[in-house]
Amino acid sequence: MLQPSRRSLWDLVAPEAASPTRFLADPQTRILVRDLADSTTLSAKPETLRGLSVMISTDRQLLTALALIELDGIARRIVLCTPDLSPAFVQSAMIDGEVDVVVTDGGGPTREVDHTLKTIRIGTRLRETHVTADRSVDTEWILFTSGTTGRPKLAMHTLTSLVGPLVDNPAAGRIPVWSTFYDIRRYGGLQIMLRALAGGGSQVFSSAAEPVADFLKRAGECGVTHISGTPSHWRRALMSGATASMAPDYVRLSGEACDQAILDSLQRAYPHANVAHAFASTEAGVAFDVRDGKAGFPAALIDAKGSGVEMRVEDGSLRIRSSRTAARYLGDVAPALSNEVGFIDTGDLLELRGDRYYFIGRREGIINVGGQKVHPEAVEAVINEHPAVSVSRVSARKNPITGAIVVAEIVLKPTATPANAEFQAIVEEIRKLCHDRLDPHQVPVTFREVPSIEVAASGKLVRPRA
Amino acid sequence: MTVRSVILEQITRVGEQQRRQLAPLTDSLPLLDSGLDSLCLAIIVAGLDDELGLDPLSASDDVEFPVTLGEFIKLYENAAA
Repeated sequence: MLQPSRRSLWDLVAPEAASPTRFLADPQTRILVRDLADSTTLSAKPETLRGLSVMISTDRQLLTALALIELDGIARRIVLCTPDLSPAFVQSAMIDGEVDVVVTDGGGPTREVDHTLKTIRIGTRLRETHVTADRSVDTEWILFTSGTTGRPKLAMHTLTSLVGPLVDNPAAGRIPVWSTFYDIRRYGGLQIMLRALAGGGSQVFSSAAEPVADFLKRAGECGVTHISGTPSHWRRALMSGATASMAPDYVRLSGEACDQAILDSLQRAYPHANVAHAFASTEAGVAFDVRDGKAGFPAALIDAKGSGVEMRVEDGSLRIRSSRTAARYLGDVAPALSNEVGFIDTGDLLELRGDRYYFIGRREGIINVGGQKVHPEAVEAVINEHPAVSVSRVSARKNPITGAIVVAEIVLKPTATPANAEFQAIVEEIRKLCHDRLDPHQVPVTFREVPSIEVAASGKLVRPRA
Repeated sequence: MTVRSVILEQITRVGEQQRRQLAPLTDSLPLLDSGLDSLCLAIIVAGLDDELGLDPLSASDDVEFPVTLGEFIKLYENAAA
């Protein structure tokens, strides 16, 4: 579809007019945005990709960003490969996405895949070229969903739905330098990069290979002002002991249920920052952000009119309709993404307490204890309130009497490294906390101390299937 | 410690933890009258699995569910033998 008035990512980035200091940086390279004008980093002229379906597969996020800036408005479709995609999913995405060309730095998940598609290389070396002025193609952006279990789906967005009316951008006193623990090939990370690029800012990319403390130090050196990640990302940052390496104005959490303990810990680590948590998903887009420092969100947001995002609660889960939702899933056997009136079921379950809604877990994560439901996240939120607990994970253990019982794993804060006897004392305190606040079937039967809990590439806790 | 004493200790501990009033633990006591609900029993079975490495109720599909405390203990004693 051609839209003569369409503003492409290139137009939003506006390299020609960019401030001389705006940059994109990863651990290896820093590129000034204004140097992107009249140049390309592709091994072929961008014009040769006009109207084609392009898969981007790179090791480095910076190179994916450069490819997006060059190809939005020229390619018919861009399929963004997440770095950990299995070869089988890459192959089916090539078919479902009707991919014509692969743009790669030699890395990314297509490296493991035998294919006969044309390949174009991308690097960080800028070559002079006459950049095309015609970026009128309304490019489809195809993102893999970030579910922690099962086969990822391909959600179709456009630049318009991704950038949306970003009303929740915090006011910036200085030119913003954005960063994120997320990979920008995922919705949460892409959102942040698009905010940076469309909002006249710079972007610092994370790298999977980089230790958290090194990333925080680099963020500090790059002058990061705005930074986002999942609660799991942030817990790791707090555990690294290196949070003081940077001094952001805005700290954002999204992607997982956000409990009060992590909000309070981050506010203590960054007393001058605005600590906000947001709800967004690959399919539903950004719905809202909450800046009052409290977990949950005001109940008034549900069924509110005039914000551009409509939210409902049906069957206990959050439903969203807005211009930022994905258009559809790609593929022959793809399920419907939204219901007949355009509401997307996020699968995130809510509970109303007082005048706020709280996220209590994912529908597919419910543990069934003798017919009674337990939401792991709700139990974790209670455990995490104990001052010695850094992070916890609640899961199901098979049981011949009730089908399942609830068990918990706990990572203690580095400052609390007790001998086993002391751990038992902490467990008794946690058990009491749980008994006071939860129903008997929700209280974990066992508490096990573990050195760490695995975080998936998506930045979310890995949850074994119940 | 015998299997029997491990089981009796486990029952007493879970009963206290779950704030249950337990009947005197005799072999003829029906489990349903013991004061233990199914959550308590589930916790006891999990605890015995951890302590004894035995879970006879999960070991096979056709295991007959014990009715009395004596049958429950017997089930574990047979599994341990």
